[in-house]
Amino acid sequence: MSSSAIAATAPLPQEAKVVSGFDRKPPSAGSAAVVEILPTAQAASAQPRPARRPHWLGFAAAAAWGLLAALTLLWPNKPAGFEDWAYTAEFGTAAAAIAVTWALLALSTSARFSLLARANAVFSRGAPWIVVSALILALWEILTAKTGALPPPFFAPPSSLIDAYANDYARLADSTYNSLKLLLEGVLWGAAVGFTVGISIGWSRAISYWVHPLLRFLGPLPPTALLPIAFFFFPSSHAASVFLIALATGFPVAILTWSGVAGVNKAYYDVARTMGASEWFLIFRVAIPAALPQVFVGLFMGFGSSFVVLIVAEMMGVKSGLGWYLTWAQGYASYVNMYAALIVMTVIFSSLISLLFAVRDRVLVWQKGIVKW
Amino acid sequence: MVAAAVEKPRPEPIEPSTAAPGASRIRVEGVSHGFDAPSGRLEVLENVDLDVAPGEFVALLGPSGCGKSTLLRLVAGLEPAAAGTITQDGNPITRPDPSRIVVFQDPTLFPWRTVWDNVALGLQAQGILKQEKTRVDAALCKVGLEGFARSYPHQLSGGMAQRVALARALVNNPRLLILDEPLGKLDSLTRLEMQSELVSLWQKNGFSVLLVTHDVEEALFLAQRVVIFSPRPAKIVTEVRIERPYPRHRDDPCSPACGTKC
Repeated sequence: MSSSAIAATAPLPQEAKVVSGFDRKPPSAGSAAVVEILPTAQAASAQPRPARRPHWLGFAAAAAWGLLAALTLLWPNKPAGFEDWAYTAEFGTAAAAIAVTWALLALSTSARFSLLARANAVFSRGAPWIVVSALILALWEILTAKTGALPPPFFAPPSSLIDAYANDYARLADSTYNSLKLLLEGVLWGAAVGFTVGISIGWSRAISYWVHPLLRFLGPLPPTALLPIAFFFFPSSHAASVFLIALATGFPVAILTWSGVAGVNKAYYDVARTMGASEWFLIFRVAIPAALPQVFVGLFMGFGSSFVVLIVAEMMGVKSGLGWYLTWAQGYASYVNMYAALIVMTVIFSSLISLLFAVRDRVLVWQKGIVKW
Repeated sequence: MVAAAVEKPRPEPIEPSTAAPGASRIRVEGVSHGFDAPSGRLEVLENVDLDVAPGEFVALLGPSGCGKSTLLRLVAGLEPAAAGTITQDGNPITRPDPSRIVVFQDPTLFPWRTVWDNVALGLQAQGILKQEKTRVDAALCKVGLEGFARSYPHQLSGGMAQRVALARALVNNPRLLILDEPLGKLDSLTRLEMQSELVSLWQKNGFSVLLVTHDVEEALFLAQRVVIFSPRPAKIVTEVRIERPYPRHRDDPCSPACGTKC
């Protein structure tokens, strides 16, 4: 059966290859630490003997965050020709609070409380990252606010990001909401139309004859190149952007859905037909489920290009959204706000991709050796 | 000890008395078939006549690639024959039908469905799954896999997967079971075990069986009649009737192979 299982799932390794190129893994230092730490952390909850490694890393994390707090609070900011950077004290206090929390967690490794033990297990996994992120923040703070090696206003210290979020959260939230709305509208249209087109050209020779050449000819054109024309043709810049985002998403979804349908093992159709399956059954119960792994690769690629089109469209013509916020912040030379918006964007886009992968893992539980995001 | 007699017209099968109402008579008359290859027409079947009595177990034996599997596809209704007629109980076969189920060399289970959902495929395709759910459990029981209903195909061994494929066929209550080298890819021990299981499933369910194999021993162990094909284009060379009682034993003092040909 093993050979036939491989044949049956032939498109999968291909998909795995495509996705793994984009696979983001924590650096090996992190995973190596997990391997070493986890057994001891589990041993700590099982046996009275306290574990040693979590202690060490926990105190290292506490020390790193303590260092960040100390240098933020005690090292005066370099005067930058305007009012002092806001929220320096608050940033330092927050870092100090985090340092105390880590210290307490590290002290409690031998605790019997299950909640603490669980917090510790999570902490052990991410401990190296927690140490390093404190050090990165400290370096960033030194290079900007403390020494001015990276000059204002183009560079801003991490503490000033709090300023941007605290004072401009309304505009940022509004921009985020508008971006998400526009993106989802375009992506849903693109995915739906791309999927339908992919299934149709995979199934029907006649449709394939007419649509496939168009897809081959027009598909590779970057949708951003159509921006000026689209803004002219469509009644609103919103409609134009939805169209272009849908185009960006739809092309890869259509191509990969088609290749998924074309790659379905023909024997599956024979099996279903001998059991009395109708054409409808062959499409919806055989072709589509068999093509789904490929469809998800298409969606992943489509998401990526939809983000590009979204930001460019908002920078060029749409009067709201995160892309618009970037150009707006640039106009006021308010680079702190720009960094703040970039961080929001990163969080949203990576969450959307994570969500897509979570859905895929759910839908494709039957796959062996699924690629982790 | 072995009586083998093949005449035309062939006599009704003698034992076991499986000629039940749930079995089909298949008549293949003057069937020829071929494919259009880049190098010209490729003839694979030449004027084949074959008759399967209700409840009979017939094995088609011949060199690989001779066109036996093509004959099965024609009988299943997956392709129309280029010439000649094939009938099931007197009605011409024009398209696939759940009363004639094929089990292929590969289990071809749908990897996205659990074992239970794979077995339920036929009932679902016919739109009667909701009323007939118990048939799925019964079919899984018949092949001894009731404990694996929730597993996915990639979690099964080769023999188990082929058992699921058998259950997926049996759930349709076929009147003719078409087996296309169903045990060809299994390891030898599993193959022997599955051969005995095939015999007992056939005896219990009473359908007709058309088995393609290139394993002589398998044909002699399983079938009441063995039809031997020539290399491509396939013609029937001869037939051997094997009138030995079931269950058969491999170490019988005189093996069925010493039967006479006609």
